[in-house]
Amino acid sequence: MKEKEIICECGHVNPYGTEVCGSCGKPLVQKDSDELLNMRYEGAARRSQTYNKSIIDKVWNFFSSVKVGITIIVVILIASAFGTIFPQELFIPPGQDAATYYAEEHGWAGELYYTLGFHNLYGSWWYMLLITALGISILIASIDRFFPLYKALKNQRVTRHEKFMSRQRIFGRSTVTDQDETMNKAVSLLKKKRYKIFEENGNVLAEKARWARWGPYVNHIGLIIFLVGAMLRFFPGMYVDANMWVREGETVPIPGTSQDYYLENLQFDVELYDEDDERFQGAMQAAPGAEHIETFRTHSILYMPTDESTVGAGRELEAISEQEIEVNSPLYFDNYSVYQLDYKLNELSAMSFDVEDRETGESAGSFTVDLNNPEDYYTLDNGEEVYIYDYFANFIINDAGEPTTENNVPDNPAFIFEMTNEDGEEELTFIRIQRNFEIRDDEDDPHQYAFTFAGIDTNHVTGLKVRKDLTLPFLIAGGSIFLLGLLQGSYWPHRRVWLQRENDGEILIAAHTNKNWESIKKEIRSVTEQTELSEPVDQTDEEYEKEYKEKDNL
Amino acid sequence: MNSLAELSSNLLYIAFFFYFAATVFYILSVTGRQFRNKEGNVKKNRWGTWGYIATVIGVVFAFGYFFTRWAAGGHPPVSNMFEYTAFLAICFSLAFVVINGIYKSNVLGLFTIPVIMLIIAYASVFSTEIAPLVPSLQSNWLAIHVITVALAQGILAVSFGAGLVYLVRTLDLSGKKMTKRTFGIEFIMYTLLTGLAFVILTNVFEATNYEAQFTYVNEQGEDAEKTYNLPAIIGPNEGVLETEDRFSPLFYAPDWIISEDLNTVVWSFGSGFLLYWVIRLIGRNRRISAMLQPLLKGVKPQTVDELSYRAIAIGFPLFALGGLAFAMIYAQIAWTRFWGWDPKEVWALITFFFYAAYLHLRLSRNWIGERSAWLAVIGFAIIMFNLIFVNLVIAGLHSYA
Repeated sequence: MKEKEIICECGHVNPYGTEVCGSCGKPLVQKDSDELLNMRYEGAARRSQTYNKSIIDKVWNFFSSVKVGITIIVVILIASAFGTIFPQELFIPPGQDAATYYAEEHGWAGELYYTLGFHNLYGSWWYMLLITALGISILIASIDRFFPLYKALKNQRVTRHEKFMSRQRIFGRSTVTDQDETMNKAVSLLKKKRYKIFEENGNVLAEKARWARWGPYVNHIGLIIFLVGAMLRFFPGMYVDANMWVREGETVPIPGTSQDYYLENLQFDVELYDEDDERFQGAMQAAPGAEHIETFRTHSILYMPTDESTVGAGRELEAISEQEIEVNSPLYFDNYSVYQLDYKLNELSAMSFDVEDRETGESAGSFTVDLNNPEDYYTLDNGEEVYIYDYFANFIINDAGEPTTENNVPDNPAFIFEMTNEDGEEELTFIRIQRNFEIRDDEDDPHQYAFTFAGIDTNHVTGLKVRKDLTLPFLIAGGSIFLLGLLQGSYWPHRRVWLQRENDGEILIAAHTNKNWESIKKEIRSVTEQTELSEPVDQTDEEYEKEYKEKDNL
Repeated sequence: MNSLAELSSNLLYIAFFFYFAATVFYILSVTGRQFRNKEGNVKKNRWGTWGYIATVIGVVFAFGYFFTRWAAGGHPPVSNMFEYTAFLAICFSLAFVVINGIYKSNVLGLFTIPVIMLIIAYASVFSTEIAPLVPSLQSNWLAIHVITVALAQGILAVSFGAGLVYLVRTLDLSGKKMTKRTFGIEFIMYTLLTGLAFVILTNVFEATNYEAQFTYVNEQGEDAEKTYNLPAIIGPNEGVLETEDRFSPLFYAPDWIISEDLNTVVWSFGSGFLLYWVIRLIGRNRRISAMLQPLLKGVKPQTVDELSYRAIAIGFPLFALGGLAFAMIYAQIAWTRFWGWDPKEVWALITFFFYAAYLHLRLSRNWIGERSAWLAVIGFAIIMFNLIFVNLVIAGLHSYA
């Protein structure tokens, strides 16, 4: 059903729901009022204010409401604040179980926090839903308002209905001796102030920065692009987030790159601030003994496998680049970034042992085990061989009371060595740091070969973060558009000044701006001071005086 | 401390002195006589101009402090609590100078400059030593991100000042009965006085080198020691006072509370309360806001409202740029991800959402005037919460101080 159009007395056909004629500005509702005109969206008809029949209308109207939009913003705001009461799950100490951590650390409140799912608030389905609702609201509210506003500003006529003029906040009536001369002077002054001049029947509309009115819509488009970009992360292949630990001298495939890239850690350094640095004496003396780390960096080489080599160990690698990876200076290649994140100094890398032949009382020789790559056996100087019967890189006794290794990081290495003595018997010796005992059949019968611990070698390990984020271009585009739109809408005010001739030698002046009234008043003042026009009044001054004159004189 | 660093801190003292002078001038400007000229029009006295000039000189010296400290330390002085808080106050004064250049409101000066001084004094409670930068802070983005945020927050703070002026100007404060509004405005006054009390207390007891040693039992059930720098009203768990001639606690806190911090909080709120009532009684039991109200005669509420809005319209995009966009770029480079739900990040987002809600309420729901003014005050409260509470109480990546 087509709703009734409104034909204004000026002849302009306005769509149903219009409050102020799109052409001449005659008020179409509250026609006889003298109150200031509501200039929001130029009084144009909006879909959401006009139709409310079908389900689509209802959904549309719901999301186009700024009230709903603000409600969503406020709900997100409050929810976000709740997420900072206790640390989120991703910030609790590694290895802690969230199910018990919150209750232990924060008592019943912590338990409640965990039960409500607030420990993972920002990743929860309802938080995502809120953000999605905000996105929809932004989109629909913008469409609902942009097109009517655009049409209204495009169709506006220069000559305005008298009621439109007199119901503007800034309005004045001047009697002048020469209408033409005054108008021309005013126009040239306004032009100097960079107003665009439109003329019709000797009347004038001076306008500037209309484009600022599109700012909100531009920034909303930017926000939508940003939100869509953020959602793309959930598509496979868009996002990689992996950790890697590389020992000095080691070359490892970079996780997340499907073994297309390898990284070698040539050397890792930590640099401390000079303790004698004059600039920082005060701060350093305030915290004696504290380490002041200046930087830490990995001297790395990036490799790619050559075309011929097949996937697997021993691939032929080709060096691509050599770079120092440092905090604030990641290694970039092929959409990947490798960041310096963490480190571990002086990790055990090798252990040496001496072996003595108790029969001869002489040394049988020494050997060194690479803790990250132990050999199966080592040949001693006397030609005998030491087998590694078992190796535990990070030795623990598990719950079942059995020796095992917690992981393959050699933080607490333990060995069971095996040697064959002259009698052809196999001797087992267990060794770990500060522990050394022979596994004997007879307590009083020592092994022929006695092991002693001879020394260690250490090594630094660098902790790196590998990231790929193909959503970044969307976020950068969306963010930039958002900021530009914000700038456009906030830093430029849309100003209009109407000058209209009346038959009796009068000139009407009215002005409207979407912000910064004091500034437009200043501009108009400089025009009226140099012409015969009298300064228009700010009609809110009258309200103010009515309300406060008496009070102030008390 | 090298000579440049010494010069730097002296420049800040000088700036503080000029802010103080500006406050005096602004007080004179609103309380002083108004003259009528020959035509019989009310002519304002000149003190307001002097107040503005003193503020401008203060800002110049404050930037002198900023750049000499930058030179002395070799990095932008925005890297810890003292440095950031002081710079926020400086940006607040700069924003005031710029915006008041347009609106020329002496009353705004009267309301903002003392708050600026209070923030600087609060900053100086923290360690003022120049500290070396941790690796993640060694980036040009530190200066770009933090300076933009401080500028934005300084501008947004001006909207708070104007909002406060609006409320004191327009609210009905004469009634004997407490209403939501009178409570709200008096609560703001009380909060500011609590800040003042905290600053005075810490400085006085620091000047007298007050120290009281306690042995106590900590959360792990072990014996431990701690030092109080304010007389202990609330002592530590099972605390025993070890220093002679010191005030003995009236209460003892349970082990899971950081008792010296609670003690400071109790001292501040208590003295703030005392200060509030002393001022009130001197003013014959009128509300503090009611005492200020007559000074604001002749201020047009619409103009102050517009000023407050204008500050937000300028500050909000700048905050989005510095507090979110630059922050994300920096975080992507230094912390490997542009966003990580660190508490400070979340509160920056909350600040952003709050002012976004303000703008939508104002532009579409016609929340102008009083409602807008209350929101401007709340916005500033969120900013201060993010600065003080989130840094000091909620642990996160931004807790440098």
